[in-house]
Amino acid sequence: MKVDGIESGIVLDHITAGKSNQIYRLLGLESLDCCVAMIQNVRSTKLGKKDIIKIASEFEINLDVLGYIDPNISVSFIKDGAVAKKFTLALPQQLTNVLYCKNPRCITSSEQEIPHVFKLTDPEKQVYRCIYCEAKHSNH
Amino acid sequence: MRHMIDIAELSLQEIDDILTLAKDIIAHPEVYQDDCNRKKLATLFFEPSTRTRLSFESAMLDLGGSVLGFSEAMSSSAAKGESVADTIRTVSCYSDIIAMRHPKEGAPLIASLNASVPVINAGDGGHNHPTQTLTDLLTILTEKGRLDNLTVGLCGDLQFGRTVHSLITAMARYGNVRFALISPAELRVPGYIKENVLEKNNIPWKETEQIDEVMPELDILYMTRVQKERFFNEADYIRLKDSYILTTDKLKNAKEEMRILHPLPRVNEIEYAVDQDPRAAYFRQVQNGKYVRMALMLKLLGLR
Repeated sequence: MKVDGIESGIVLDHITAGKSNQIYRLLGLESLDCCVAMIQNVRSTKLGKKDIIKIASEFEINLDVLGYIDPNISVSFIKDGAVAKKFTLALPQQLTNVLYCKNPRCITSSEQEIPHVFKLTDPEKQVYRCIYCEAKHSNH
Repeated sequence: MRHMIDIAELSLQEIDDILTLAKDIIAHPEVYQDDCNRKKLATLFFEPSTRTRLSFESAMLDLGGSVLGFSEAMSSSAAKGESVADTIRTVSCYSDIIAMRHPKEGAPLIASLNASVPVINAGDGGHNHPTQTLTDLLTILTEKGRLDNLTVGLCGDLQFGRTVHSLITAMARYGNVRFALISPAELRVPGYIKENVLEKNNIPWKETEQIDEVMPELDILYMTRVQKERFFNEADYIRLKDSYILTTDKLKNAKEEMRILHPLPRVNEIEYAVDQDPRAAYFRQVQNGKYVRMALMLKLLGLR
């Protein structure tokens, strides 16, 4: 299978195989008017198999969401057919309105306008805790 | 501007400074009687309390200041649906410092993010109650003369008791402290406290269901209420409830210098006859609650 390179936009590489659907949804890629390619189960020497997403448009990408879903993703910004900037992600220290606190005793359960903020408390186990009630949210 | 939302925000040095100031207030109350002249404390209690609210108010009055506020949510604009943030922005205009109790966890943090004066968490649901922990630390310090080299027994509801979790977390930072965790199997200390505090810091601890087993070792016995509604069935509650009633008979095996603490209110877990025992420190603990709140307010207001 051959998918062309893009002239201008963003390439998300080294996505853990099977996670591209989740990323597509959480980044709201369905609302873009440009060409978006989602390639699944690509052979990879590093991961065995991986997913890739190519977006033929520059848009403000939420790197916190990406880093939370899969901190191993590499992000390349493409300009004039060449890589202008490339970096790998890490687990974000804080997430705002990405995770939602489900603790019925938390203040966020009764006051809707409060942003749901989680802090990374255990990077090894990828544990995030609500900053208000310390309820745990584990990525695994 | 500093707030007091969670005891973990304080360094050992800052805790030490507050306790030292509280001890000086106990020794020389007259020196501090006008420190808060023309200062106003707002006590915003969205759920009822006896000790905490009155001790905050008494503390401010003893510092020469005055108090305003409400003691239940129904007598505030919360009953009309006002948010915590808006209530706090409003009350910040009328007061110099705020003490707040709220049934929802994290409400005082929201308050601190929206306040233009210092906010003190006076209890948020089952989450944090930092001034109770400061009270407990001051009581242990004044009764035992130290916060290190102690064997601390915690007895009763160790699963849901916020005062127990905060006290373990605070005491674990001092040297050579050991814990005896006395509770029914259903109400043991949660796993995250054991993992994140006790095991992570290599602190010796043991669990038992029998208070008699550990009584002779204890320097501090911290009693809590075993609440009937926590039990999964009536039979378990009936079987276990009397295990944790402290009687003069059970104290026969305790050290002469041991001290008994309780965050109060008690129901039946400490026999009234125990009150006469010099080891019973829980009413002195109540008194300390006022002094430690005086010290905390002076620190947060930048007056000492």
